Amino acid sequence: MIKAILIFNNHGKPRLSKFYEHYSEDTEQQIIRETFHLVSKRDENVCNFLEGGMLIGGSDYKLIYRHYATLYFVFCVDSSESELGILDLIQVFVETLDKCFENVCELDLIFHVDKVHNILAEMVMGGMVLETNMNEIIMQVDAQNKMEKSEVSWTPPVPCMCMT
Amino acid sequence: MALKIVKGSIDRMFDKNLQDLVRGIRNHKEDEAKYISTCIDEIKQELKQDNIAVKANAVCKLTYLQMLGYDVSWAAFNIVEVMSSSKFTYKRIGYLAASQCFHESTDVIMLTTNQIRKDLSSPNQYDTGVALTGLSCFVTPDLARDLANDIMTLMSHTKPYIRKKAVLIMYKVFLKYPESLRPAFPRLKEKLEDPDPGVQSAAVNVICELARRNPKNYLSLAPLFFKLMTSSTNNWVLIKIIKLFGALTPLEPRLGKKLIEPLTNLIHSTSAMSLLYECVNTVIAVLISLSSGMPNHSASIQLCVQKLRILIEDSDQNLKYLGLLAMSKILKTHPKSVQSHKDLILQCLDDKDESIRLRALDLLYGMVSKKNLMEIVKKLMLHVDKAEGTTYRDELLTKIIDICSQSNYQYITNFEWYISILVELTRLEGTRHGHLIASQMLDVAIRVKAIRAFAVAQMATLLDNAHLLTGNMQRNGICEVSYAAAWICGEFSEHLENPMQTLEAMLRPKVATLPGHIQAVYVQNAAKLFATVLKSQEGNTDSTAAQETSQLMIERLPLFVQSANLEVQERASCILQLVKYIQKLQQKDVEVAEEVSALFAGELNPVAPKAQKKVPVPEGLDLDAWINEPPSESESEDEQPKAIFTKEETKHSRPRHIEVDEKELARRREARKQEQANNPFYIKASPSSQKVYQDTPGVEHIPVVQIDLSVPLKVPGLPMSDQYVKLEEERRQKERAEKKKKEKKKRKEKRSGRGKKHDSGPESEEDITPAHMVDIVTEEMPENALPSDDDDKDPNDPHKALDIDLDNLGEMAGRRPLADSEKLPVRSHRAVEAAKSPGEDGDAETVATQQPKKKSGKDKRDDKKKDKDKERKKSKDEKKKKKHKHEEKEEDLLRGEVHEPVVQSEGISQVAELPTSTSAEEAATVAAAEAPVAEVVSGAAQDSEPDEPKDTEMEETKSSKHKKKKQKKEKEEKEKKKKKRHHHHHRHSDGGGEESVQNGTVEEEEPLPSMSNYCLLAENSYIKMVYDIQGNLQDGSQVVVSVIFENKCDSFLKSMEFNVLDSLNSKLQRPEGSGPHDGLTVPFQLPPGVSNEARFVFTVQSIVMPQKLKGTLTFIVKNEESSTHEKLDFKLHFTCTSYLITTPCYSDAYAKLLESGDLKGSSLKLEGVNMPFHHLLARICFHHHFSVVERIDSCSSMYSRSIQGHHVCLLVKSSGQTVSIDAKCDEPTMLGNVLDEIKQTFSQC
Repeated sequence: MIKAILIFNNHGKPRLSKFYEHYSEDTEQQIIRETFHLVSKRDENVCNFLEGGMLIGGSDYKLIYRHYATLYFVFCVDSSESELGILDLIQVFVETLDKCFENVCELDLIFHVDKVHNILAEMVMGGMVLETNMNEIIMQVDAQNKMEKSEVSWTPPVPCMCMT
Repeated sequence: MALKIVKGSIDRMFDKNLQDLVRGIRNHKEDEAKYISTCIDEIKQELKQDNIAVKANAVCKLTYLQMLGYDVSWAAFNIVEVMSSSKFTYKRIGYLAASQCFHESTDVIMLTTNQIRKDLSSPNQYDTGVALTGLSCFVTPDLARDLANDIMTLMSHTKPYIRKKAVLIMYKVFLKYPESLRPAFPRLKEKLEDPDPGVQSAAVNVICELARRNPKNYLSLAPLFFKLMTSSTNNWVLIKIIKLFGALTPLEPRLGKKLIEPLTNLIHSTSAMSLLYECVNTVIAVLISLSSGMPNHSASIQLCVQKLRILIEDSDQNLKYLGLLAMSKILKTHPKSVQSHKDLILQCLDDKDESIRLRALDLLYGMVSKKNLMEIVKKLMLHVDKAEGTTYRDELLTKIIDICSQSNYQYITNFEWYISILVELTRLEGTRHGHLIASQMLDVAIRVKAIRAFAVAQMATLLDNAHLLTGNMQRNGICEVSYAAAWICGEFSEHLENPMQTLEAMLRPKVATLPGHIQAVYVQNAAKLFATVLKSQEGNTDSTAAQETSQLMIERLPLFVQSANLEVQERASCILQLVKYIQKLQQKDVEVAEEVSALFAGELNPVAPKAQKKVPVPEGLDLDAWINEPPSESESEDEQPKAIFTKEETKHSRPRHIEVDEKELARRREARKQEQANNPFYIKASPSSQKVYQDTPGVEHIPVVQIDLSVPLKVPGLPMSDQYVKLEEERRQKERAEKKKKEKKKRKEKRSGRGKKHDSGPESEEDITPAHMVDIVTEEMPENALPSDDDDKDPNDPHKALDIDLDNLGEMAGRRPLADSEKLPVRSHRAVEAAKSPGEDGDAETVATQQPKKKSGKDKRDDKKKDKDKERKKSKDEKKKKKHKHEEKEEDLLRGEVHEPVVQSEGISQVAELPTSTSAEEAATVAAAEAPVAEVVSGAAQDSEPDEPKDTEMEETKSSKHKKKKQKKEKEEKEKKKKKRHHHHHRHSDGGGEESVQNGTVEEEEPLPSMSNYCLLAENSYIKMVYDIQGNLQDGSQVVVSVIFENKCDSFLKSMEFNVLDSLNSKLQRPEGSGPHDGLTVPFQLPPGVSNEARFVFTVQSIVMPQKLKGTLTFIVKNEESSTHEKLDFKLHFTCTSYLITTPCYSDAYAKLLESGDLKGSSLKLEGVNMPFHHLLARICFHHHFSVVERIDSCSSMYSRSIQGHHVCLLVKSSGQTVSIDAKCDEPTMLGNVLDEIKQTFSQC
């Protein structure tokens, strides 16, 4: 199971946080801070796994992260997930973002966090990996965006009752 | 003008979308919090708007703010509103917000049940998808119970996109509602072989998660997984399966044997590192589980170790890390094969990556032996010197101590060396682990008696040199070491070479800067030392030395008497007085040394940390009982001042020196001994360990050879442990040489006899004899200690509940089919299930409402009512009795109804609540005059809602005075909660309502009121179909027909095909590519006695007229002997009612609507309606999808909306048995039809 997915930048500013278990807002912020603290002090060219981070889960859990330019992508997973598999998944995630946003950069994530959530929702659901095939993910995301667009141009014949 | 301003501001607000918010926050870096708080105010304004687009925008912004750490739970209700929008765009926003901030204690979650159910059954796959995704994040036990069946249906959806999501979410449902596991499992298993790889992978995923926690229940799936493993090419699936096997093999060794070969093949063939790694991992798990009996498993081990070595040598740090991780697993069972790679692992200690170094350290822990311990620790000590970060250095330190102390110092052959190592470790600056070193020193000194002399010497130097370290001692934890040093020197002072010097060191003024608890130990042990010094000095003829020592004490101790630390102060003043007294005696030339040292006589033995816990409670001892009855409050108040006074007195008199003579002391000592003997908690020298001590030759006899003590002591206080390594080697060589000599001799001697018996091969573990004959005192345990089975299983583990036996769950109702009680709850108005229960006939659902039944299982309220009934019965004559019976019937209906709308209500469902509350209220006012039975019930209802204000407004009066919406909402929520509690109450209070088996989303144990919208579609001896039609809010031209198929025969029904002859107006939606006359395959099969629901979507053009469609169901009846094709014709009746959707409407909007004049009126009169008004309303709400807008007495306004947006308004008035309904609608034809249908509903009564 994946317990949390965090994206933050080199300064620890959260760009996306998805917790698959409930924490209070304060705890969430603390987790993000601590995770950033743990991850940011690691050199490049060291391994992408981190144990510890007692805030989430305890000994069975690991932080698996990748660092792209200004962003850290951190997955907090338990022992039922394959470490290398999750690394691949992060790669798929980033590549998908890259395709959906056309050369993704931090600004895309800053201003369109909802879209990032929607993409992520096609990959991971409730902490379990849903889809790993990038083409399939992009197809579903596009189909939904298309639907959204069609709704913008089309207004229903009778608007909501309350509006009358 | 004013309107314009308002409108402008609305526009501006609307303009600020998520991007603007983010931009704004970025532009207000200095006063971010302030800016955000203004934004939140704006959002609150936006949420008050009626426009759903504005609301959705606001909710979208809130989701962002939630990520920044702002609590947005106050907007939960608005999120629900956005979730229930008909537009996908908004719905998605709503569900995202909900998934980010809803959790189990969010109140409004229970409002979402129907909305989610609707979305799940939406014909638009993305509505369903979004709902599933959202639900996966916030599913609660209630939601899981209510929706389990819907989700299970989705597992057989035609679209793989939905199937995989539905399969995946089942895991969450299982967690929250474990009862659903058994009924859902066969289908889940089926999905393992789904044609779509995504669905397959999801099913594997779910079963792996389940099996990881309770592997034994899934062993029966092993063959299936084995097949998948050998056939699948999807690495994700393979990894999961292989991981699963890793969990299963410990339970079934035969499985492991089978696995080895395919896994080895995979290891050889795969190019994916992730797969290779998992294979290796599972092979290791297999080998661990086999651990013996496999002839060729050394080859597998070799293969694994070899592959891991490749990983570790890889330049990719990740592989290196994982390699080490897996290596540590092998280590546990096959340490030898790992030990050969010691070079590699030691090399990893130099890695720049801390994670890798830590992993390597872990490995070292298991790799030590008596032979290589010193060498490894020496390397580690080098790393300690080199290490930069304190955390890593601390880690090294703890690892060194762990390695050395593991399994009771098993690998330490030379404790002098170990003490030196510990002393060396004290040089570490800034370590947090001073206490760890200290406890090791204490432990070794206490438990290894032979080492005490050496330890004491070392500690003495340490104390002597403490001033060198105190500079930084204060700040870091290393000062803890002086605690140990002082204690060891004091306790074992007989071994000190120069006790006087140590005593002086312990009384230096600098000591006063140490933490209090350490000073206390210093003071106490100074006293012990003092006793030893006295003893040695008194033997001499010169008595001045002894007196000088006393003088030293008297001079130095006052420093501690002034200490701020209570403990230090107390001990110091005690000892000071004692020494003063001793000095007095000394001046009289009395020999006191003997008595003084008697103060500290006796041996301290180590006690196991758990010893205290293990002391069994003696029989007859009640730990909770009062020893003395607690004094009453008044008494204690009176006495308290006195007690305080006397206490203070004693305190004052304390410093007075009490003279105690020898006899008194002896007597007291005796008494204390006696007391100690009887006290089970007192640590005393156990006879057993003492015996051991006496049996062993004792310190003097221990062959301390070859070690020149002066060598390590040359550097004051800092012995070089390295020297021991050399010495040790020399010693071993010598020993070996000696042995060889001996053996040679022996061989020479025995050459004539058995020639080659002693094979002096490579040095083995046993050959290394420890330098000291070490007696490691074991920790003491109380006699008849309780066995230590207690352990740390978390009772709250959610997975415990999922430990459910699934083996017997055959698809064909095998050995242990699902019990009725295990089936998933289906929505209550699905009368099929009710029909199945004994005691009700097959046609129950057609006339569902008409036959209320008394149930045997009664709740409390029922009993109460009965009692009252009896009382009344007595007082009433026969005539009334008849009437009474009738009322009783009604009563049941009413009671059922109270719970009904919660389930039935559609849409946001809040408005549907209204009839209930009002009906209860109504009953209260009318009942007093009319029905004695109803009085009881409604009275109770009123009690529970005493402060509910009565609404006296009527829409006809066009009064502008309306309740505030918010208030209303709150009220409704409250009611909901109440009701909810109520249901729970019923559920718990009732044990065995037979009928309740399946029909309970809510009222599982309620007597079934059997209001059902499902009506019979067709039926023959094999199958029965009932159906319900619901409009689809998202699409004005679609309706969903839910058909429940029930297998009535003993055979298996399969290949069901559902077909309808389309009319011009209504068409069955068929999948793309199929012809206009093709039937739809029903996505399930029916074992005997099982029913299941399928949904079919129809497109309709005009909805103003009811219509009928002819159709056929074809299916195959299969039993053991034969299979036959059967068919069943039916007519689907699309009533106008079925196009209506329960839509909430506020009274102000309702008034405006009526005012607008767009609607045309019509009316209807019903005669002879023999039911209470609230009941009547509930019936209209339920069967015709209306919601109550407002209600006063026996008059109520109701509203509904068609899927194409027609408004339908009703004003229902009741007087006596006549009910008049005035209706308005913008489509007169439709209205006429709806009224006809209402009429028909009531004519059936």
